[in-house]
Amino acid sequence: MFSNLDLQKLIFGRLSLEAIPYHEPILLATFAGVGVGGAALLGALTYFRLWGYLWKEWFTSVDHKKIGIMYMVLALVMLLRGFADALMMRTQQSIAFGDNNGFLPPHHYDQVFTAHGVIMIFFMAMPFVTGLMNFVVPLQIGARDVAFPFLNNFSFWMTVGGAVTVMASLFVGEFARTGWLAFPPLSEAAYSPGVGVDYYIWSLQVAGIGTLLSGINLIATIVKMRAPGMTMMKMPVFCWTSLCTNVLIVASFPVLTAVLALLSLDRYVGTNFFTNDLGGNPMMYFNLIWVWGHPEVYILILPAFGIFSEVTSTFCGKRLFGYASMVYATVVITILSYLVWLHHFFTMGSGASVNSFFGITTMIISIPTGAKIFNWLFTMYRGRIRFELPMMWTVAFMFTFTIGGMTGVLLAVPPADFMLHNSLFLVAHFHNVIIGGVFFGVMAGISYWFPKAFGFKLDPFWGKMSFWFWVVGFYFAFMPLYVLGLMGVTRRLNHFDDPNLQIWFVTAAFGALLIAAGIGSFLMQLFVSVRNREALRDTTGDPWNGRTLEWSTSSPPPEYNFAFTPMIHDLDAWSDMKQRGYVRPVHGYRSIHMPKSTGAGVIIAGLCTVFGLAMIWYIWWLAALSLLGALVATIVHTFNYDRDFTIPDYEVVRVEDRRTRALLAKV
Amino acid sequence: MCVKHLGVDKSPTPQALCLCIDGASYRLCVAPNRVASPVVRSLRNLMLLPLLGLLGGCEASVLNPAGDMAVRERDLIIASTGLMLLIVLPVMLVTLLFAWRYRASNTTAKYDPDFHHSTQLEVLIWTAPLLIIIALGALTWISTHVLDPFRPLRRIDATRPVASEVRPLTIEVVALDWKWLFFYPDQGVAAVNELAVPVDRPINFKITSATVMTSFFVPSLAGQIYAMAGMETRLHAVANRPGDYDGFAAQYNGAGFSHMGFKVHGTSTKDFDAWIDKLKGVGKILDQEAYLDLAKPTESEPVHYYSSVQDGLYGKILNLCAKPGKMCMGEMMFIDANGGGGKDSEANYDRLKYDGAMTEEGNEAPGATFPASGRPPNTLAVQPQGMLPRTVAPQVNQQKKQHDDGQGHNMQGMPGMTGSDVAPAQLDKN
Repeated sequence: MFSNLDLQKLIFGRLSLEAIPYHEPILLATFAGVGVGGAALLGALTYFRLWGYLWKEWFTSVDHKKIGIMYMVLALVMLLRGFADALMMRTQQSIAFGDNNGFLPPHHYDQVFTAHGVIMIFFMAMPFVTGLMNFVVPLQIGARDVAFPFLNNFSFWMTVGGAVTVMASLFVGEFARTGWLAFPPLSEAAYSPGVGVDYYIWSLQVAGIGTLLSGINLIATIVKMRAPGMTMMKMPVFCWTSLCTNVLIVASFPVLTAVLALLSLDRYVGTNFFTNDLGGNPMMYFNLIWVWGHPEVYILILPAFGIFSEVTSTFCGKRLFGYASMVYATVVITILSYLVWLHHFFTMGSGASVNSFFGITTMIISIPTGAKIFNWLFTMYRGRIRFELPMMWTVAFMFTFTIGGMTGVLLAVPPADFMLHNSLFLVAHFHNVIIGGVFFGVMAGISYWFPKAFGFKLDPFWGKMSFWFWVVGFYFAFMPLYVLGLMGVTRRLNHFDDPNLQIWFVTAAFGALLIAAGIGSFLMQLFVSVRNREALRDTTGDPWNGRTLEWSTSSPPPEYNFAFTPMIHDLDAWSDMKQRGYVRPVHGYRSIHMPKSTGAGVIIAGLCTVFGLAMIWYIWWLAALSLLGALVATIVHTFNYDRDFTIPDYEVVRVEDRRTRALLAKV
Repeated sequence: MCVKHLGVDKSPTPQALCLCIDGASYRLCVAPNRVASPVVRSLRNLMLLPLLGLLGGCEASVLNPAGDMAVRERDLIIASTGLMLLIVLPVMLVTLLFAWRYRASNTTAKYDPDFHHSTQLEVLIWTAPLLIIIALGALTWISTHVLDPFRPLRRIDATRPVASEVRPLTIEVVALDWKWLFFYPDQGVAAVNELAVPVDRPINFKITSATVMTSFFVPSLAGQIYAMAGMETRLHAVANRPGDYDGFAAQYNGAGFSHMGFKVHGTSTKDFDAWIDKLKGVGKILDQEAYLDLAKPTESEPVHYYSSVQDGLYGKILNLCAKPGKMCMGEMMFIDANGGGGKDSEANYDRLKYDGAMTEEGNEAPGATFPASGRPPNTLAVQPQGMLPRTVAPQVNQQKKQHDDGQGHNMQGMPGMTGSDVAPAQLDKN
């Protein structure tokens, strides 16, 4: 073992200059772009002396609102990265016909589609929904923060750590070439010997811990911290869907952690859980990963359902139709989502009875989901629908998601799945529900709650541009994939022989360009809105005539959210308060007890990220050191008794008086 | 865009009327329906017409299949879609209708902010999807059992049952990196990346993999099923009309995945016999040695044939013991079924290591670091073993640098190596 010990290997593990892809022009250009952009950003931060501000006010903050916003920023950045991958794939597939091999060789293309899937699910969709839940849930239940504020900060930085790990693979080493779920035996050391799968494993392990902890945190928050009078059945629907989502997170993410741990044991110490060797069985990995993977799609879609419920009832000026059945539908979906995982691999050769069982349970989920769609429909019925941006996204969702739901149920019929599994039809289906469901929901949520977070509305013109580019682009990009799937074209191909297919891929690539314009318009919308913020300013705190508690406080809410904890008497608490002529108290403020910011989250998560990177590169001394460091830092943090502070009453008076004046000025 | 050619497609059986607009490489075909119940047929015609308008019908192998299994699976897709459209179309229409009718600017529409509950409506919105799902669930239960790929065929097409004396044609399928090996055990021949099947004779595919998982899929004949090492999956199918069909690996299985396709020739019995005779005449024997050579990763492997096959080779591949010195899975299972080998089984350790037996890249011990593995950490710099040169990344096909791993495996100067070799040097440890 020590015969070929050398210093370089001891210090750097398998990391060497060879790991930097200086021979890949695409990566080199990206690297240069990121380098210049990053240097400019860091320079600007230094020049404007923003480091201290960012560290004190944001990075170390335990304020759920700020953490929520940071999640959204992370998700937006990762959306750009994931979408760049999407554009590369669409370009490759639209040109690689016949003699033309496209511009991506297979070993690069395979990394691109793997990274696209991993990033879009774990580092785009997850942070978006977690960010929205973080920001909105405590405000909707009348709480001042989440149950475990430090844990919230730590969870966020673990998610960032995972994202950093994925991004590092772009410039140092490579990413997995296995598809986004890294199925063995392909992901085993024998077939994927490089660092790619290790990057995959450690980025998900680090981020997964963050997600799990944030799930625990939000469950505790929703269960224990609701304002007095808010019984479970008086809770806003978004809180219900958040609760169910976090129950799913807590129950399913440990499975992901376990299955990835088993895979890393296979890869690092030579166990044989999922190899073909020594009685290992890769089929177990399929089962385990999908026991996590199927609930995961409901983890993403349930909060989106909640957003649509809030948006529909607000912009229709009506109470949500069938609140109780909406809640039961959510709970039923939560439970059933654990009984369907096998529909992801009907083609693995289970018996007909097993396949039918999982096919039928899958279809049963469409019943509560269908009920939800009907509930939104009947909320619109006899409403006064204001087609502001959030409502536009909602209607686009209802129309688009129905198609995705239908193709989903079709895929749940096992013999139909034998034909459509692994095809572009499947790809079209899950983009149909993830974009048409989750992403449209996120966009509705962003345009709905943005004025709450920042005190001014988003610019409607660029918002509508973004909306139309996105919706039309979606149909152009994914309807051709349904067609191609029915032509028997399989996913993940980097080259085609049949020139008849090209027109469909070109159409899809055109759709991707429209979506790019949609993303561009959204960024433009943010920019224009910040520039015109005075014109878009909302001083009431309730720009949409909202119905739930978050609209009762100022925009942006004060650090403590509510000067007085509200008393709840009915569903749609704020609407109820407004109806009964609620008068905002203007005196009698008391000092407020709040959690204190801490840098421990950044430090521990940073050490965990270093641990992951060291494990990827076999730098054992650094792995040991960083793990030890993380443990020590955690223990040290437990001895930190300086966790809270009190906002003095005069400070509360000052903040509330300013709001009183603002409200009066408005009138 | 001008219509250059309009007429009957000159395919082996002129059953499909094709409109071909060559300028756009676009074809539109209407195939007569031969095998379907009247209900399904009318449903299908209703559905298929707009769909065919949308699709290039000739290429839409899923919607225009050539074998009874695939036809029935296609019919199932159409029937389920039709069933769901019963509820989906109204929902989509009502969504648009309500969005338009109850827009804020329309003050003539009734506004009832307190309308948030109605027991009748609640019952309706839960039962309507429930009824559809009951119907679809029944359809699923029956069709999943009838179309189970493991179940021997009962019929050749809608009108002809399988005669009792007909013996299905057995074809043993092995997925390799990145090509397909087909054994015809009854005929004693084998072919790589080409399959011929006689029309109207049931085929019994036995499918395994010698490497990672993938999926065996010939959409014109039947749905797909996974190919997994050490295990055998089955697929029963039949071709009902002559023609050349595409088959491929449907589950991503590594760098050569995109070029892991093969042609399936559906032929008359006479032509099939002629094809078998052609194979018998090539004079190449597929023995263990030839197989081990074949099993090394290659991309875009050309079609080639073997006139005879060593006895029991497929069984050895299935049991992962085609390589000398490996223990067959069957033997391991026998030992385990008898209580296991205890401490003595340590002697079998190396004989039970199968992964990477065909590749040289991944042969190092798990956790081997860069110099010892002889492979740079960024594999973008070196094409995976067996991949063809590509103009898009020419530099990665060259042996750029040789790393002395300090263990006497310096790759430079290995026998048979030239500077232009595609794959990294192979450390032959056989």
